[in-house]
Amino acid sequence: MQLYDTISAISTAPGTGGIGIIRVSGKDAIEIVDKIFKMKSGKKLAEVKSHTVNYGHIVDLQTGQTIDEVLVMLMKGPRTFTKEDVVEINCHGGPLPVEKVLMATLEAGARLAEAGEFTQRAFLNGRIDLSQAEAVIDVIDAKTDISLSQAMGQLEGNLSKKIKEYQDELLQVIARIEVSIDYPEYDLDEPIDLNYKEEIILIKNKMEDLLSTADTGKMIREGVQTAIIGKPNVGKSSLLNALLEENKAIVTDIPGTTRDLVEAYLNIDGIPFKLLDTAGIRETEDLVEQIGVGLSKTAIEEADLVIMILDSSSKLTKEDLEIIDSIKGKNIIFVLNKEDLPPVITREIVEEHAGNNPLIYISTKSKNGIDELKKTMSSFVNQGKTEVSTGATIANVRHKEALVKAIQSLDKVIETIDLGMPEDCMAIDLHDAYGYLGMIIGETIKEEIISELFTRFCLGK
Amino acid sequence: MTYIAESVDVVVIGGGHAGCEAALAAARLGKNTIMFTMNLDSIAMMPCNPNIGGTSKGHLVREIDALGGEMGKNIDKTFIQSKMLNTAKGPAVHSLRAQADKHEYVKEMKRVLENTPNLQIKQAEIVDINIENDQIKSVITSLGAIYPCKAAILSAGTYLNSRCLTGQHVEYSGPDGLKSSQKLTKALEDKGIEIVRFKTGTPCRVSKNSIDLSKMEPQPGDDTLVPFSFENTEVDIRREQELCYLAYTNQATHDLIRDNLHLSPMYSGEIEGVGARYCPSIEDKIVRFADKDRHQIFLEPEGLDTTEMYVQGLSSSLPEDVQIKMLKTIPGMENVEVMRTGYAIEYDCVNPTQLRPSLEFKNIKGFYSAGQTNGSSGYEEAAAQGLITGINAALYIDGKKPLIIDRSEGYIGVLIDDLVIKGTNEPYRMMTSRAEYRLLLRQDNADLRLTPKGYEVGLIGEERYNRFIEKRELIDKELKRLKNTYISNSNQVQEILKESKSTELRSGASLFELLKRPEISYEALEPVDNERPKLTKEVVEQVMIELKYEGYIKRQHQQVEQFKKLENKKLPQDIDYKEIKGLRIEAIQKLDEIKPVSIGQASRISGVSPADISVLLMYLEQWGQRKADLVKDNE
Repeated sequence: MQLYDTISAISTAPGTGGIGIIRVSGKDAIEIVDKIFKMKSGKKLAEVKSHTVNYGHIVDLQTGQTIDEVLVMLMKGPRTFTKEDVVEINCHGGPLPVEKVLMATLEAGARLAEAGEFTQRAFLNGRIDLSQAEAVIDVIDAKTDISLSQAMGQLEGNLSKKIKEYQDELLQVIARIEVSIDYPEYDLDEPIDLNYKEEIILIKNKMEDLLSTADTGKMIREGVQTAIIGKPNVGKSSLLNALLEENKAIVTDIPGTTRDLVEAYLNIDGIPFKLLDTAGIRETEDLVEQIGVGLSKTAIEEADLVIMILDSSSKLTKEDLEIIDSIKGKNIIFVLNKEDLPPVITREIVEEHAGNNPLIYISTKSKNGIDELKKTMSSFVNQGKTEVSTGATIANVRHKEALVKAIQSLDKVIETIDLGMPEDCMAIDLHDAYGYLGMIIGETIKEEIISELFTRFCLGK
Repeated sequence: MTYIAESVDVVVIGGGHAGCEAALAAARLGKNTIMFTMNLDSIAMMPCNPNIGGTSKGHLVREIDALGGEMGKNIDKTFIQSKMLNTAKGPAVHSLRAQADKHEYVKEMKRVLENTPNLQIKQAEIVDINIENDQIKSVITSLGAIYPCKAAILSAGTYLNSRCLTGQHVEYSGPDGLKSSQKLTKALEDKGIEIVRFKTGTPCRVSKNSIDLSKMEPQPGDDTLVPFSFENTEVDIRREQELCYLAYTNQATHDLIRDNLHLSPMYSGEIEGVGARYCPSIEDKIVRFADKDRHQIFLEPEGLDTTEMYVQGLSSSLPEDVQIKMLKTIPGMENVEVMRTGYAIEYDCVNPTQLRPSLEFKNIKGFYSAGQTNGSSGYEEAAAQGLITGINAALYIDGKKPLIIDRSEGYIGVLIDDLVIKGTNEPYRMMTSRAEYRLLLRQDNADLRLTPKGYEVGLIGEERYNRFIEKRELIDKELKRLKNTYISNSNQVQEILKESKSTELRSGASLFELLKRPEISYEALEPVDNERPKLTKEVVEQVMIELKYEGYIKRQHQQVEQFKKLENKKLPQDIDYKEIKGLRIEAIQKLDEIKPVSIGQASRISGVSPADISVLLMYLEQWGQRKADLVKDNE
């Protein structure tokens, strides 16, 4: 638990809205944002007046590459929600830019806010009254009460198991260090294996593997980005409607920014799918050309899953083949529409191009095959490419941040070993790494180490 | 029949390591003090191992010394072997350990007590205490003498209702055949104090004359000695040293123990007290680590004027004949003569969560508790608590705030905080792994951490304090000088670097930067460091540690900063936790029992979650506002 450090979080609802707001609050808020904000005027936030709106770009702390075009509101305390210095970054909506800007603030030195933490600060600093604060208590309590969907529950269970595994492996190293420190005589009898480095690298590699699942995890939490593509008039809109009607899902009408192509949300077996629209306006233009440039390409690139529709009643065209070519390497489900009409394309022809990707016959008219498509979509997540149902995934930013920090701590341990520094210096960062993992599953180290010492080693007078 | 004896400021019940430090501290702070012991010959007695210090315990002794306590000085006077442990590891875990001449240690400590102004020592058993209005009033001896007092310190060690077990034989005695205290427990319970029962043990002592030491590995002390006390130099403590010896158990030893396990009171269920994981009997070791084919045994001399040797590693409560047979399986001990038989001891102690961080009972003003009576183990842990209670009893009488060392300031802080906040379900042993800020809490800088506090309290005199200030200034000055002194990449410098197996310089560098390289020593740069002042070994040591471990030390300081923020969020002692909306039941119970003084402490109580802490923080804010409003209303 930390107080008065600088915190940051997305303050707009996830996945909606044309604008996303990242709020940074705390004594270093201005300094932190200044590190990643290039103002058009060339000034620093520290130099401009309070309660002003400033135009510029958020850039990557390391590479300096532009992340997004933003408006930044500077509000110096105490005339702010938390009474601390607050900087709000207004960026383009849509999960990707919002999250990237958030990550940039974290890299620049902010800590991810806990649930309700802004409100908590507002209360602690005397900004809001008790009834409002009690609502925060409810939020904090709610964290443990939320009944997660089965799929999520399983995911979290797997994650805990994995993290516990890493903790245990770290504990093996820590216990050896501690025993050699607290029981110097032990060494005399049974030399302790001091080759910590290999082991730590091994653990670190595993943690990095887990970190790489962060996108899969995010997919589960925030929705599988699914693009429906195909040449004009092949039935994209009809398929979209068929999927939605079947599920009585809510079609949200999201005012699109250029990046915001989400058309609708769909829930299959508890897994949210975000259907990205490549239909509509682009019907009137040459689709292949559009795929080559511009927005649909972005949609496809960002898509976790692509549903490629073909018309089974007419021959494969050059357009079809070019689209297929452009989505190579993606997770694809091929859908042969118009199965109610006499078939012209055979399974064999498609398989020649589809490879091992699933192929489903449907009719958007008769709704035949829609169930099978849904099953295929959900199995893509459950056991298909991503192995999420058996493996562990990192599914939220807080976990991701903790894991990144744990990995950084292990990097420091390795650096300490390379520098030839003694074990007690290694221990500092090893304990930190263990602690960061503990932030994911809520376990602390102290007693664990001590009981580990006495279970594993024969100690004492 | 009772009678009123003399009135005193401070009464100390018990004359072990805790009692001695408590009595000396109180008397030295000007309080009229009396220390009771059941036997004047067992003052500062070491009923178990004949050494002081060791990992983390050595740190405690140096901290005791930095605050103005006696243990460090007394062992410096009476040690017969000294060793700095862990020198191959980092400075944070270097630990000093000395073998004591037990009898000299006792004699010397008694002499110091006898010659301390304001202090009386008296052989008597305290059987009851009087409390009025939640305040200690007096103590009563078995002979009926009532000693009215302003404060009292309970440091009864392992004597309360103690009984010793060897095999099936039970002796209702204290350690080493001394009388146990059979009445005080009940008196304490009657006053509402919660008592728990612990267990520990000690191995046998054997005659050096009956052992063939040539069959064992000699373990000598260090050539260069480091004193425990910051008041001593190496020259002050130089002397001839004795040897310890290393031997091993073997298959025959293990077979014998296994065959006789049913005779151990531990395994037959006779013993109910909770034993310590870190102090297993040899029976325990063999059962729990069945695959180990041998265990270490150290033979340590108990003094210069005795042939008794302590057999470290063979703590046992097996019947005497089995113990003897067991010893005889060890090469060199075939003809061993056992002089004292090992035993397990069960005793009553106070559940330490009843105490404040000052070690005062929460419900009894002016009544303190220290040492093994608080569930700790070890001479050093006891002495540390004793010193703190002696100081706090004196401060209490003067109406001053207690001295509380926090976890970032010393092992003493970690020890007391762990005891009073978390409690313990086995005798608590200090370990370096219990300290979060280990790199800051080194044995070499105990004076830098604590001597200003000792001075402020009044246990450190002007002269010593001035010397300390001078040392501190020299360290700062030298660090600054090294930062500001640049040397060129001259041939002489490159030559030195080559000799130290370091990379050569491309351009000039500060001495500080060069010394940061692990392979470059302070001595190595001497030829090119023209303005180097003459400094003591201790100053150079501090400078080099600060410099070489700068990055790590800085990180620990940042952690401490975070820690302090929560420690400084004080919780009022009259909070009714039941009234706080949002706390979980388990948290309410725990908070109510422990009554933490700060948010930081609350967060260390097991059963109090981060969510509970958030709720407390909010409550605290509200409480502060309400108080401010009240003040406003009154104006």
